[in-house]
Amino acid sequence: MIWLDTLVQGILLGGLYALFAAGLSLVFGIMRLVNLAHGDLIVMAAYLILLLVTLLGLSPFVAAAIAAPLMYLIGWGLQKHLLNRTLGTDILPPLLVTFGLSIALQNALLEGFSADSQRLPTGEISTASVDLGVMTVGVLPLLTFGSAVAVIVGLNQLFYRTELGRAFRATSDDPTTASLMGIRPSDIFAKATAIAMLVVTLAALYLGMRSNFDPNIGPARLIYAFQAVIIGGLGSLWGTLAGGIIIGLAQTIGAAINPEWQILAGHVAFLIVLLLRPRGLFPRAFD
Amino acid sequence: MSLLTTTGLTAHYGDFQALFGVDIALNEGETIAIIGANGAGKTTLMRSISGVLQNGPEMITLSGQPIGGLSADQILPLGLAMVPEGRRLFPSLSVEENLLIGTYGRKVDGYWSLEAIYDLFPILAERRNNPGTALSGGQQQMVAIGRALMSNPKVLLCDEISLGLAPVVIKDIYAAVPKIQASGASLIVVEQDIGQAMKVADRVYCMMEGRVTLEGTPDSFSRNDIHAAYFGVSA
Ligand SMILES: Nc1ncnc2c1ncn2[C@@H]1O[C@H](COP(=O)(O)OP(=O)(O)O)[C@@H](O)[C@H]1O
Ligand SMILES: [Mg+2]
Repeated sequence: MIWLDTLVQGILLGGLYALFAAGLSLVFGIMRLVNLAHGDLIVMAAYLILLLVTLLGLSPFVAAAIAAPLMYLIGWGLQKHLLNRTLGTDILPPLLVTFGLSIALQNALLEGFSADSQRLPTGEISTASVDLGVMTVGVLPLLTFGSAVAVIVGLNQLFYRTELGRAFRATSDDPTTASLMGIRPSDIFAKATAIAMLVVTLAALYLGMRSNFDPNIGPARLIYAFQAVIIGGLGSLWGTLAGGIIIGLAQTIGAAINPEWQILAGHVAFLIVLLLRPRGLFPRAFD
Repeated sequence: MSLLTTTGLTAHYGDFQALFGVDIALNEGETIAIIGANGAGKTTLMRSISGVLQNGPEMITLSGQPIGGLSADQILPLGLAMVPEGRRLFPSLSVEENLLIGTYGRKVDGYWSLEAIYDLFPILAERRNNPGTALSGGQQQMVAIGRALMSNPKVLLCDEISLGLAPVVIKDIYAAVPKIQASGASLIVVEQDIGQAMKVADRVYCMMEGRVTLEGTPDSFSRNDIHAAYFGVSA
């Protein structure tokens, strides 16, 4: 039974990693931009939620609902005024600029909130669990996983069922020809990053409720997210969920064998998948 | 007043100058052909007009309005669409999605709609859910033409729509041109294949090395004139 429990915990943890990764995957899929500040943006959103919780006395869920549109606007402006300028044939400028942004965000958060570790107040929900007969599962991990699946389903619907999604795919294929259709690629990219920031807010909510955070934990979240995206296959949203689950499973199984192996096991799983499937589990047919 | 003009149009790729003062005019309801050898600058001219390349604002006008400095996404809503060289369908979109994206973000009134395109090219209706790039070259060209028509443009630019296609397929594609003309659009047809272009055009421009070397109605010049304008030497 202990093994079943470990497996379920691993899968549920994968939901959190998939949430970290979904925004990264969306942005990479549309504009081939690797945002090295993605983890720090999650941490920034967690502080924004914390601020709303402490200042207005809101529940984290309500605070996240208020933070989401703010993060949307921040994402839009960030892409429109900064990141769009870095996009081109050279892959180096976006990496350098987002790396710089990552450091700037960490320092700004350090200035504003100190290095103390924080946590979002959760009330009963952090200890609540449901009894599944053979085992009990925490409500918060379940909620995280459900949110991850909902985000992936929602983003897929957006991608494949809406006019904006069509424009996302067309711009990703060929921005010049897309502009001949009346699409302005820089607007499409701004919308994509804005939507990614909605997912980032959700990721921040669960990150902040499930563990402590401080201004410096962004890069580590970025690595899990990055691994999930690569394992899944660049640009595939379902792949990203699968990638998150594989990292989550590897970490919990590793930790069950030896608590010190948790992080290492995740990285090893990542390397094994890369060795066997260099383009990830669900690569795009063309590229 | 002409619907579309270029005046002293120049274009550069870095240090390389590809167009040296090109003057052309397209009148309402007219079809003009632009012919010339590979590398003459035809595609560069089309990319300039459609806004893929930016030029001096006054170098290009559409309905009297200077558009030379506008980008492609700003020019399309003004009523100018292009079938780009090499078709350039979106690989992640189905045939129908490739057509629909031609009207992105806008409601457009006019003759052309999904139904009208399927009427023009019935084979596309059968293939509507296939990926655009799974089609034969000729069918892909039909999608590219349909996609540009979906915005009901006043001016349609067609850059080498016969490129790489078998003669029977070229005939099929060109059979659509009179119907497009009848819908009220004015056309610029770029071709290396002179025969097809001459048949549908009211006037012809011949280009060589970034300049217009000959201009007139198709019956106003001899084979020798064309040869000279095309290659710079007489036959
Ligand atoms: N992207 C580019 N960069 C540099 N030179 C180019 C580019 N595209 C075209 N050219 C050059 O510009 C000239 C005109 O090319 P183009 O307009 O494609 O001619 P055409 O369509 O008549 O074959 C050619 O000499 C070609 O080599
Ligand atoms: Mg050409």
